[in-house]
Amino acid sequence: MNEFPESEIELMWSEPRSTYDVVIVGGGGHGLSTAYHLATRHGITDVLVLEASYIGSGNSGRNTTVVRSNYGIPEAVRFYQHSVERYRGLEEETGRSMMHDRKGLLWMAHSEAGVRRERARAAVNQAFGAETVYLEPHEIAEVCPEIDLGCGGEFPEVMGASYHQGATARHDRVVWALAEGAMRLGVHVVPHTPVTGLVVDGGRVVGVETPQGRIGAGVVVSAVGGNANRLADMAGVRLPIKTHPLQAYVTNRYARSFDPIVASGDLGFYVSQTARGQMLLGAEIDRQPSYSRRATHDLLASLSHRAITVLPFMRDLRVLRQWAGSCDMSPDYSPIIGDTGVDGFLVTTGWGTWGFKAIPAGGELLAERIATGITPALIEPFALDRFERDRTLADRGSAGTH
Amino acid sequence: MSFRIPCPTCGDRSIEEWVHGEIPTVPDSITDPDARDVDRGYMHTNAAGVVREAWFHLFGCRRWVTLWRDTTADVFVDAPPE
Repeated sequence: MNEFPESEIELMWSEPRSTYDVVIVGGGGHGLSTAYHLATRHGITDVLVLEASYIGSGNSGRNTTVVRSNYGIPEAVRFYQHSVERYRGLEEETGRSMMHDRKGLLWMAHSEAGVRRERARAAVNQAFGAETVYLEPHEIAEVCPEIDLGCGGEFPEVMGASYHQGATARHDRVVWALAEGAMRLGVHVVPHTPVTGLVVDGGRVVGVETPQGRIGAGVVVSAVGGNANRLADMAGVRLPIKTHPLQAYVTNRYARSFDPIVASGDLGFYVSQTARGQMLLGAEIDRQPSYSRRATHDLLASLSHRAITVLPFMRDLRVLRQWAGSCDMSPDYSPIIGDTGVDGFLVTTGWGTWGFKAIPAGGELLAERIATGITPALIEPFALDRFERDRTLADRGSAGTH
Repeated sequence: MSFRIPCPTCGDRSIEEWVHGEIPTVPDSITDPDARDVDRGYMHTNAAGVVREAWFHLFGCRRWVTLWRDTTADVFVDAPPE
């Protein structure tokens, strides 16, 4: 497990032309996945992906890489389960290792309300195709003997958990494999080129402005993280997005293999072991919205305290690195994909703390919408107009981090 | 040092004592009353820059305080001149 499989990914960079069928703003997982699926599934290769920094530099490179589908509402379970299944096939399809590692996910409850939540989660998951079961405490001890079920007497004891077929993948390998696959078929990816404006003509978005000049587009897709509201504003579209930082950290290597991903909804943290053997920890988002990528000692101290109480072996580890990403939080904790009401302008946003696992399906289904003009059934519920239609998809309990 | 918020009554106090409140602003360009309701209920400007906010000092003086904050760096700043 300490082997780091290095395969030679060939990224072929291009100079942008003056016009494209599709211009995708944002060279992260979702933007590149959309481009990849436009090229591989629909033969649409006259596509440009513009990235303000280097590809995968935003939240694709800052998230904690959990791939799961144990959501709380049918629409979300169906969508994420499809994405999880696509993840499993993506390594073979691209020929590139993404270090996809199925290791199971324990989601613990420390309260009566938590037990009801995890039982309901298991039931909804089973009904809509995700592999999740409910475990009693003695079963948790079998799956993960390292957990102190009494929580050291400091926190309420573990009363049960749902156990889901979760996985992790290597974030930059996902980004690079999708970029390479798209580039091979002729998609242009241009890094270090911010979009400074949208070109609107007769109520339709027809291009983007960049420091290198104007680029015409049949369709502009916003796949940006953090700046989604400002880009949409340029098209006259209002988004229900607030951007909050989420912090995470990794420790040095834990010499033993630690299998399941462990999450606690009631204590508000989650832990997994990376392919390097490091323990990776995340917690709740900062309470106030901001674009800060500051790492705070407050978070480090409180998260470590919770994690060590539940997993006492972690007290001997050292913190190597702490960072923050920008989470675009939607009011109902569900993503926003598809049409905006403005011709030629589509969005994929509201990926909050749940975007990484959705990279394959989000890109695949948005590409289908762009290619066919028909919104696929799996993403139809996640349309932006659900807020004015009073069809929100409340799923806060599944975000795991708030 | 923990993140501290300037309270006019209590001085600089840890963020743990506070509740964040957004002051919603509906753009004047939206004129339809129903559309304004949807915007007020769900939409956000999500500005990157200096914003005016309401903070409630829950575990302190229990007063609402209006403060200005730069969201790009997440630091409190002086109110801009009127």
